[in-house]
Amino acid sequence: MKFERYGIGIAKGMALTFKHLFRPPITVQYPEEKLVVSRRIRGNELVWYPDRCTGCATCAKSCPQGNIEIVIHVGDENNYVVDKFEVDTGRCMFCGLCVESCPYEALAMGVSYERAQYRRGQLVLSKEELQLSDVRQPSGYARPKIEATLPEQSLLVNWDREKGGQKLSLVPLSKKRGRGV
Amino acid sequence: MTLLEQFQLWLATIWPEWAAYVTPAIVGVVIVIAFALCMVIVFIYFERRLLGRFQIRLGPNRLGPEGIFQPIATAVKVLLKEDIVPAKGDKVLHWLAPLVVFVPVLMIFAVVPFWEGAIFIDLNVGIVYVVAISSVSAVGIYMAGWASSNKYALISALRTVAQVVSYELPVILSILGVVLMVGSLSMSQIVAAQTIPFILLQPLGFIIFFLGTVAEMNRSPFDLLEADSEIVAGFHTEYSGMKFAMFYLGEYCHALAYSCIIATLFLGGWRGPLLPPFLWLLIKVVAVFFVIVWIRATLPRLRVDQLMSFAWKCLLPMAVINLFVVAAEVLWLPESLPWIMVVVNFAFAGALILLWSKLFTLGGGRVEV
Repeated sequence: MKFERYGIGIAKGMALTFKHLFRPPITVQYPEEKLVVSRRIRGNELVWYPDRCTGCATCAKSCPQGNIEIVIHVGDENNYVVDKFEVDTGRCMFCGLCVESCPYEALAMGVSYERAQYRRGQLVLSKEELQLSDVRQPSGYARPKIEATLPEQSLLVNWDREKGGQKLSLVPLSKKRGRGV
Repeated sequence: MTLLEQFQLWLATIWPEWAAYVTPAIVGVVIVIAFALCMVIVFIYFERRLLGRFQIRLGPNRLGPEGIFQPIATAVKVLLKEDIVPAKGDKVLHWLAPLVVFVPVLMIFAVVPFWEGAIFIDLNVGIVYVVAISSVSAVGIYMAGWASSNKYALISALRTVAQVVSYELPVILSILGVVLMVGSLSMSQIVAAQTIPFILLQPLGFIIFFLGTVAEMNRSPFDLLEADSEIVAGFHTEYSGMKFAMFYLGEYCHALAYSCIIATLFLGGWRGPLLPPFLWLLIKVVAVFFVIVWIRATLPRLRVDQLMSFAWKCLLPMAVINLFVVAAEVLWLPESLPWIMVVVNFAFAGALILLWSKLFTLGGGRVEV
């Protein structure tokens, strides 16, 4: 006697959803908990290394939008000195062509992704703002050397709490969070 | 004699007669409405968290510890919204409909016994009163659908009326089984008679009553009147602000009221060992609501024709047979041996459910009608 045809499917479904009650939730509580992003993320615009930059403006030429503005003058040692390196990130579409085209690896994409501002003017980043800082770290996009140093991406399917470095403040019902889905 | 009547008698010795008559009524109404509204807020929070857990989410957890203030924030949000009335709608009916839905549901609580004697009014026809009063909200939903001047709302309203009328029959027939055993229609008598909870004595009656009431309070999988994928939001498509909040409250109040009725009729009401009776009732009510949410998290929505055939071809004949069986048992089985009845009725319920699922089966296990 096959019970498949006698409403046992409903009981099976109910049992399945009941089991879900004891699984760890996969919700990521965003501002407190953050997943590690891909190592090659084309994240928060650009990181600019002034010591490597020769002022050749290849990046400015490769930009499809024309967002990068470079003003240079000839310095004492027959080199270019960069006076102005400005990126209008409000129009940037994160194609990464500037990073790919830079012959001296003086540009890299960033890893952060929180770029909301209150004014459009704040989106135009100057020479100083684009340099390496605590909040502006380079990603491994088109930069294999940097990529090797970055932590591995934490996917939800194999999210390891210890490895991913999430800060967990709230773990209701089940403490076995991050066991995997 | 209920506690309120005792209070009234005591008041009559110190206060004038009219004051002694009015005050206990006001006190009782305030207590019952406060209980209903507080529990509704708890239920809204409970359902959202529980549904989240069923779907491996967390549910609302930002506002206050574990998100307990979320229902209050939702209520404030809904209250502050603009109240929109359709230009071609029937203004008076549109205004009146939420009240007609909400007030009868609140009135059900008048006959829910919370304790020995702690019942607002111990009607001798208590359960008939519940059945009569709870059907009135269908009229309110139909009014809302009609007054909205919106095709989706009207379709939803017609579906509701058809659904409530159909499911009323099996619900009443399964209540009759309980009434046969108790020999009284009064809610406090029904609780007093349950030395063994009636869920054990009449498992089939419980299942029919539970499914019928889930359909009557229009919750998933019988929530055809709010089928978002077909008819937007159904009868409250054109409602916003406080009027929408009334429907929302009414829905949860309905769930709470029927959880109370199910707990009273089949789970023994306030009866239970150790804990105070009121707490026992609360535990049973929350348990019933848990199962309702569980069903909502699991089962997909029925089609309209499936819904109707489930009521008329499945629940109604089963309820009639259940009624006859219970009547025969009450007539012929010795009252001293209730456990024989438990065994017989469980075997009978299993056999009937198997038989009826056979009738509803065609092809590879698909349900066809």
